[in-house]
Amino acid sequence: MNSLAAIGRYTLDSLRALGHHAFFFWELMRTLPTSLRRPYFAVAQVHALGNLSLLVILSSGLAVGFVLALQTYYALATYGAADSVGLVVNLSLVRELGPVVTALLFAGRAGTSLTAEIGLMKAGEQLAAMELMAVDPKSRVLAPRFLGGIVAMPVLALLFSAVGILGAYVVGVLMIGLDPGNFWSIMESGVDVRRDLGNGIIKSIVFGVICSFVAVYQGYEAKATPEGVARATTRTVVISSLTVLAMDFVLTALMFSPR
Amino acid sequence: MSRKGIETMVGGFVLLGIVALVFLALKAANLSSFSGDETYPLLAKFDNIGGLKVRSPVRSAGVVVGRVESIALDPKTFQGVVKLDVKKSVQFPADSSARILTSGLLGDQYIGLEAGADEKNFAPGDTIKQTQSAVVLESLISQFLFNKAADAGSTPAAPATNGGKK
Repeated sequence: MNSLAAIGRYTLDSLRALGHHAFFFWELMRTLPTSLRRPYFAVAQVHALGNLSLLVILSSGLAVGFVLALQTYYALATYGAADSVGLVVNLSLVRELGPVVTALLFAGRAGTSLTAEIGLMKAGEQLAAMELMAVDPKSRVLAPRFLGGIVAMPVLALLFSAVGILGAYVVGVLMIGLDPGNFWSIMESGVDVRRDLGNGIIKSIVFGVICSFVAVYQGYEAKATPEGVARATTRTVVISSLTVLAMDFVLTALMFSPR
Repeated sequence: MSRKGIETMVGGFVLLGIVALVFLALKAANLSSFSGDETYPLLAKFDNIGGLKVRSPVRSAGVVVGRVESIALDPKTFQGVVKLDVKKSVQFPADSSARILTSGLLGDQYIGLEAGADEKNFAPGDTIKQTQSAVVLESLISQFLFNKAADAGSTPAAPATNGGKK
């Protein structure tokens, strides 16, 4: 009997949490116009989330480009199609790995810093103090961070893909010795701007919304103790990553289904 | 960090993103070819379009002069009706022919236009009268077998068994 009640309670809790998320999202959207009256806060957040993530994103992009080029070369060389390394790496990065890996790294680096910062503000009663002063904390603190994440993610994903392709060039042409003309021309003719690049950008925007929203929500709803903040930080990473991967499957099925 | 410093860094960050986007779009994708040119439509009817797809190239002498815009089935004649967008700068004589060719051995299929000798050119929306359908592998094989059987049958030795062999 107790297990049945537990299932019921779990379902109801999940539904309530979903509703709470939706309500919070609506509140965030509602405060966006007021928060944009002072755009400097959002700009500072783009710096905190984007600029300061550049190191990890660029180095990861380079490493992923190197490894992808090597592995696809080994696989394609058996079929005599080694010249298509550039094309395969480009498509992999621009369609999938760029948005997804950047989102996972972003959740890990920027998402955790967002959650920890907001959680500590809550624990230090700064958010409550703001409310007392009739400053809406959602507009002053949360919305700029949310916007900053949405702006930073696509830029980071594009940089990841671009650096990955350059890394593939370094390995494929400079190290292995493939023909550079073929490398670029086969890539150019095989990648479509609207279908591949455009869909990749749409994906990265969606992932940016997901990661920023989850980070901001978990920070705001964290228990106002050090342990609560730590727990919220790990929850941010786990929930962001799982949601991004699930949405990636849905978006890929929608965007890249055979015509 | 000063306010101005942060704004500059963010500006640099966004600029870097735009540079990456431009690099990806131009160098690593097919943006530079063929978007934004003025085109005029032509129709072509084929018995079999084979593996032709929308946005397949239209080439003349190997040079891309257009794209396939749409493919439909004519419900009356049961022919495939292909609508081509050809660059305005290239005008074809009114008796030009269209064939469906394959680039390379196993590559994608495209439409090859061969210029005719007419003095008048196609008007936008005209139908290309002379078309040749795609090569279907099965028809080719059966044609080959039929020719082999016909050759063997024309010699006086044992015509009946060869008819049964196919």
